[in-house]
Amino acid sequence: MSGGANGAGRRLIGLFDLIGSRLMEFFDQAGYTILLLVRALYYLKDAPPKAREIFTQMYFAGVKTLVVCSLVGVFTGMILALQTGIELQNFGMQYQIGHLIIASMTREMGPFMAAIILTASVGSAMAAEIGTMKVYDEIDALEMMSISPVKFLVMPRVVALATMMPVVSVYIIVLACLGGAVVANSILNVSFNVYIKHLYKGIHFKPIYVGLLKAFVFGLIISGVSCAYGLRATSGELGVGHATRSSVVASFLMVLIIGYFITAIFYG
Amino acid sequence: MTMIEFVDVHKSFGPKRVLRGFDLKIEKGETFVIIGQSGIGKTVALRHVAGLLNPDSGAVLVEGVRVNGATPATMRKLRERMGVLFQSGALINWMTVAENVALPLSEHRRFPKREIERLVDEKLNLLELGDAKLKTPSEISGGMKKRVALARVLMSNPDIILYDEPTTGLDPVMSMVISDLIRQMQRDFNVTSLVVTHDMKSAFYVGDRIGMLYGGELVQVGSPEEIMNTENPVVRQFINGELEGPIRAQ
Repeated sequence: MSGGANGAGRRLIGLFDLIGSRLMEFFDQAGYTILLLVRALYYLKDAPPKAREIFTQMYFAGVKTLVVCSLVGVFTGMILALQTGIELQNFGMQYQIGHLIIASMTREMGPFMAAIILTASVGSAMAAEIGTMKVYDEIDALEMMSISPVKFLVMPRVVALATMMPVVSVYIIVLACLGGAVVANSILNVSFNVYIKHLYKGIHFKPIYVGLLKAFVFGLIISGVSCAYGLRATSGELGVGHATRSSVVASFLMVLIIGYFITAIFYG
Repeated sequence: MTMIEFVDVHKSFGPKRVLRGFDLKIEKGETFVIIGQSGIGKTVALRHVAGLLNPDSGAVLVEGVRVNGATPATMRKLRERMGVLFQSGALINWMTVAENVALPLSEHRRFPKREIERLVDEKLNLLELGDAKLKTPSEISGGMKKRVALARVLMSNPDIILYDEPTTGLDPVMSMVISDLIRQMQRDFNVTSLVVTHDMKSAFYVGDRIGMLYGGELVQVGSPEEIMNTENPVVRQFINGELEGPIRAQ
């Protein structure tokens, strides 16, 4: 009896121990990422000489993701139009579809879709690249040359992604509206004129600036989290893989959580 | 004059005790070689000198200045006089050979661009790398990577160079080329060097003194001749690559 109680007690302590260590790990990583972002912002003063690296990273985030962004944008708009349009049709209100698409895309879907694409394609690449540099001593070599890895690697990536994320979001929103127009016209029998008229009606200043702010913050989060995981990679190639996977998971979670709080602050 | 000094250095990683009371003095202009099995802690010792690792206890001094616990400003000054040739070369992959070599000066913008280009050409020609100037690290061989990394180290005219397994992964001829360069650095620039290697041919060629790391401390330190004719069973087994003896495969 006493042995059983002792066993249960030990399991409970083990569980608390596990939860405690995971929480410590989370706060340690979160603190490191925040400090990294603060340091990257401090090095903004050195951005002009790093213009070439910043533009290279912007090219990776913008131009290299153009095809996937186009497809995601068009199909998101088409799905939205189809799913909501069929319901609206039941009430004879399918002409409102343009309004609905622009509202949902600017408020939430545009920045969120951009964040998903850039986390998967650019953020993971950042974590893998910096992680590989870490395990092959390139970060140590920079430190030996008194070159700050934050200034050399992190700042250009943070600037590039925070700049490109709103641009990519707007691009996805525009393509979603086009995709929605095709479905509205071909399946819901809404003319382009009516669709565009209601789409214009749905354009308001607040959703646009909140959406752009979200995209900008998502850019900071994804670049910061990815670089942080890369810089802390250990144990060779296995560690790089782990850092890449963890950076993608953490970026997704942080985008969702911070996205909710931005929505709550502006619309709550 | 003592350039590098380890005083009773202890370092553990989790339960693994890597350095246990490690003591060593390296004089100015001397090339000291640490030999020992893979994973025994040679690189760990070297990284302490560069301030890339801190000891659990003890002190590491460079020209009398304590490295562990140094302020960022002191560390920056120490590192300005020090270069590390990493095992992988640690070249930045997206930069050309010339850009890699120029990095220590171009990032700090201490010299005009033209002067940096002149210095890069000078170092690349010294190491017979003039033709590789515009290539990226992925386009050159392992031996060339090491020479490019050495050219980068030389850009800051260091008083101390730390070589981490400089000949690992190279063919015998290229190993000899790199070993000869290490000797040349000492001869021409009076550089103080700490080399960690398990390449015995290179160790005997470059070392003024050799120390064998085993069980977290140097079990024997001596001239190449003394090490070659040692009676110490650990050192003898290691340098002759014998299966029988006190060293067990890890």
